[in-house]
Amino acid sequence: MCLAVPGKVVEIRDAVGVIDYDGVRIEARLDLVDASVGDYVIVHTGFAIEILSEEDAEESIALWKEIEAYADKDGKE
Amino acid sequence: MQTKTERNNPAAIAELSRRIALLAEGRGHLTLMHVCGTHEHAIVSSGLRSFLPPSVSLVSGPGCPVCITPEEDIGRMIHLAEHGVTVTTFGDMVTIPTTQGSLADARARGADVRVVYGIAQSLAIAAQGTEVVHFGIGFETTVPTSSVALEARPDCFSILSVHRTIPPALAFLHEAGIAVDGFIDPGHVCSIIGTRPFEPLARRYKTPHVVAGFEPGDVLMAVYLLLVQIAEGRHDVENEYARAVRPEGNVIAQAHMERTFESVDAPWRALHDIPGSGLAIRRTYREHDALWRHRDLLSSFSWEPRHDDADCRCADMLVGACSPRDCPLFGSACTPDSPIGPCMVSIEGTCNIAYKYG
Repeated sequence: MCLAVPGKVVEIRDAVGVIDYDGVRIEARLDLVDASVGDYVIVHTGFAIEILSEEDAEESIALWKEIEAYADKDGKE
Repeated sequence: MQTKTERNNPAAIAELSRRIALLAEGRGHLTLMHVCGTHEHAIVSSGLRSFLPPSVSLVSGPGCPVCITPEEDIGRMIHLAEHGVTVTTFGDMVTIPTTQGSLADARARGADVRVVYGIAQSLAIAAQGTEVVHFGIGFETTVPTSSVALEARPDCFSILSVHRTIPPALAFLHEAGIAVDGFIDPGHVCSIIGTRPFEPLARRYKTPHVVAGFEPGDVLMAVYLLLVQIAEGRHDVENEYARAVRPEGNVIAQAHMERTFESVDAPWRALHDIPGSGLAIRRTYREHDALWRHRDLLSSFSWEPRHDDADCRCADMLVGACSPRDCPLFGSACTPDSPIGPCMVSIEGTCNIAYKYG
């Protein structure tokens, strides 16, 4: 039910966006987000519900990188 | 944007698993609960539980909207369909059994029951002049899509709202005495409502929360972050899914919800009435509230509550008190082809997922 998949906004016509999933394009309503062409959005039941932001995720990414680095180092020892 | 990076590096996953085992040592048995069918799917399909030590249980709470929709409301939709109204709903709701059969049975008898992927399809049917009632199921992720439909005030269109909200359900579980050491909060519900609604819960019940995304690595990271909080004696709300969840949530979506719905006490199938967990359509939009718009048709609706099969353990399943294999019906009398309880019907039901992936 709450499955939602990230895709890239490639075109906007009024409140409808064309969302690209690695070449497969579907339409989704954009009423719930202030999205621009080029943004990655999460689409749920035909509506974009949020714009993805790697900037906001910096802390999570840093933690993963720390764990990854530790795992790599461990593997080489 | 890369949507999968370190989160599916096997070496990082193994390291995370090792850290989880270390943190869990000497802490007795720990029960962590998620409340999302999509989380359960990610956990089971990836074999994620095998990356956890035996002392850490990852259980599934009431996170399947189809499973918790009261039978009586499905009965109302069947009643409307059998009285000439076109009804639209999401896929797996069609086969949920009730004492009056399912929506699929009604369709077999000639009623116009249509499966839609989203509410925009229901609006398109109504735009052709067909009287449509859309079954408004789902948690906060889906609610704003219903709001957008209501605000368009479309002709020939109404919603029967059985929408429910997650934070009151978590409070209910605590009040019911369910022993949970930490919650994995549902990522896409939180994309809408943000992380803040969980803060009073974390404080009041002294339980850590981590909002998680839907890749197996996201869930494993959430388990790790919960165990760090437990080890440090903290009960905060942390956000593992910051790429899609802001603390304040999606304020545009929240404004749509606020304009169209108000909180009410509401029943959850197999559970009880949960205070403030339902969303009723505001009076301003009552022309598009199926309960008002079709009140004459619904005045002839009656409902005989049944006692669920005594052996069916869906009620326990929905509060994380048992797992599918604890149920005597699982896999024998109750299968996806011939389900007894809602947990086996929905593709997000814990039993259905367990059956599919063995």
